Amino acid sequence: MIEARLLLARRDFTLDVALALPERGVTALFGPSGCGKTTVLRALAGLERAEGRVSLSARGDEVWQDDATGRFVPTHRRALGYVIQEAALFPHLDVRRNLDYGRKRIVPGAHRIALDQVVDLLGIGHLMARRPDTLSGGERQRVAIARALATSPRLLLMDEPLAALDAQRKAEVLPYLERLHEELRIPIVYVSHALDEVARLADHLVLMEFGRVRAEGPLAETPARLDLPLALGEQAGVVLDGVVGERDPRWQLARLDVDGEACRLWARDQGLAVGRRVRLRVLARDVSLTRTPQTGTSIGNQVRCTIEAIADDEHPALALVRVRAGNAPLVARVTRRSAHALELAAGMAVWVQVKTVALTE
Amino acid sequence: MSPAEWSAVRLTAQLAAVTTLALLVIGTPIAWWLARTRSRLKPVAASLVAMPLVLPPSVLGFYLLLLMGPQGPVGQATQALGLGRLPFTFGGLVVGSVLYSMPFVVQPLQQAFEAIGERTLEAAATLRASPWDRFFSVALPLARPGLVTAGVLGFAHTVGEFGVVLMIGGNIPDKTRVLSVAIYDHVEASEFADAHRLSAGMVAFALVVLVTLYVVNRTARDSAGAAR
Repeated sequence: MIEARLLLARRDFTLDVALALPERGVTALFGPSGCGKTTVLRALAGLERAEGRVSLSARGDEVWQDDATGRFVPTHRRALGYVIQEAALFPHLDVRRNLDYGRKRIVPGAHRIALDQVVDLLGIGHLMARRPDTLSGGERQRVAIARALATSPRLLLMDEPLAALDAQRKAEVLPYLERLHEELRIPIVYVSHALDEVARLADHLVLMEFGRVRAEGPLAETPARLDLPLALGEQAGVVLDGVVGERDPRWQLARLDVDGEACRLWARDQGLAVGRRVRLRVLARDVSLTRTPQTGTSIGNQVRCTIEAIADDEHPALALVRVRAGNAPLVARVTRRSAHALELAAGMAVWVQVKTVALTE
Repeated sequence: MSPAEWSAVRLTAQLAAVTTLALLVIGTPIAWWLARTRSRLKPVAASLVAMPLVLPPSVLGFYLLLLMGPQGPVGQATQALGLGRLPFTFGGLVVGSVLYSMPFVVQPLQQAFEAIGERTLEAAATLRASPWDRFFSVALPLARPGLVTAGVLGFAHTVGEFGVVLMIGGNIPDKTRVLSVAIYDHVEASEFADAHRLSAGMVAFALVVLVTLYVVNRTARDSAGAAR
């Protein structure tokens, strides 16, 4: 568990958060700009001095800050990796020396990640002799991530590492981040304001607003909450983890099972093998509700669900309905007129039709 | 040139070299502090460093003379330490030159340090580098062009100073008579041909130094630009 209690009062901004983050997987700190997510990350790293306490448990307690005892470990004595938007490579050193910079400064016994592994993982072997100013934005970012990992950190902090990249570069770096997630057992705290990155990478979501934590929880559940601003807008929807259950070569479709048989959705076959874990995103605007199973519809996905909650959407004509298929939450966006006509209510059994399922990995 | 003139040239070079070295050692921490501090004292400190740019050298020389003289606090201290009195000695010249050339060393260094992004130094901190380590492994190498400029300007400016030297050092052959003072002597004695020779040499020296500096700086900038 990574625990942090942080208080920071500025003239026009107050940060007041208590976080308990899982020591496994990727935690996304998500929120609009100015909500304090970067400040939280900087305080975790000791780059910003907030009041409070920061500690890592598991594998022996390690307290980085505790105002009660006056303890404050300076940044360079914290076993962390920190990657920022601008990469901040050392311009006077080539890639190899950049990678060595941190690696050579940790005690020899603390090496848990081999340099070769890091270089391989981020695909930068061919760049070793290059100077930072000759690298593309995406390459620079991969070197910065490798440089941080080469210190075998106990915690990797990433502050919008993709925000400075265009869509193409972003697509180039994202797969490396996913591999990181799969292959290294380092907890990652990932600051972002891009929902698509979060949907793709995160396991745990912390939603911040005005310097406070608005909500936190597993990724599947948090976006499905209708009381959060996440539920609003065109991108409202859920992120689900599933496996490829079956492939239909004739129609080039793949069946994705989210909760065993309870929620099976067909999507375009992306060439992933049966049994492969996938993450999918279902937007509320692509989900509709019916009271009885339909025939004569072009929509191939129909799942039996139970209504859990109904809430107002941004526009007064619309409502958001959260349903559950087995354990899998889904959110549907319907007109209030339809909700009224169908007499939708919590606890009712309905069928959802899902028009599009997007695979994010 | 006469032996006396050669002695003045040697003395000038010596003074400039010692002053530049001392300035790099003293000026680097001052420049670093000025570049990084958020202290409210910063404008005051920056102004003190810049003072010689606007003060007549005779004012600086006058006060130094008072301070280092037998009745001045610095003078009493140096005498108590067995160093004797500084006015009219080479040591006194060095002290005066260091103060007088200070802005020419501190300001380019400060600009070089300011150009290093805070993010780069923070990255070094997250890569386990202590503050000293960050200074020597990141800040100094990145400030190298500024260091070169500071050294060259400090040296050249010390070579060219006159007022402070005359006030503190006087005009003692082989001890405090530097080139600028020697030229003054020649002019006073209406030895215009001699004054001409030395002055023309100074002009050539200044020109060569400055052109070299600009060319080196531009080459460094161009190669950085081309690489990007």
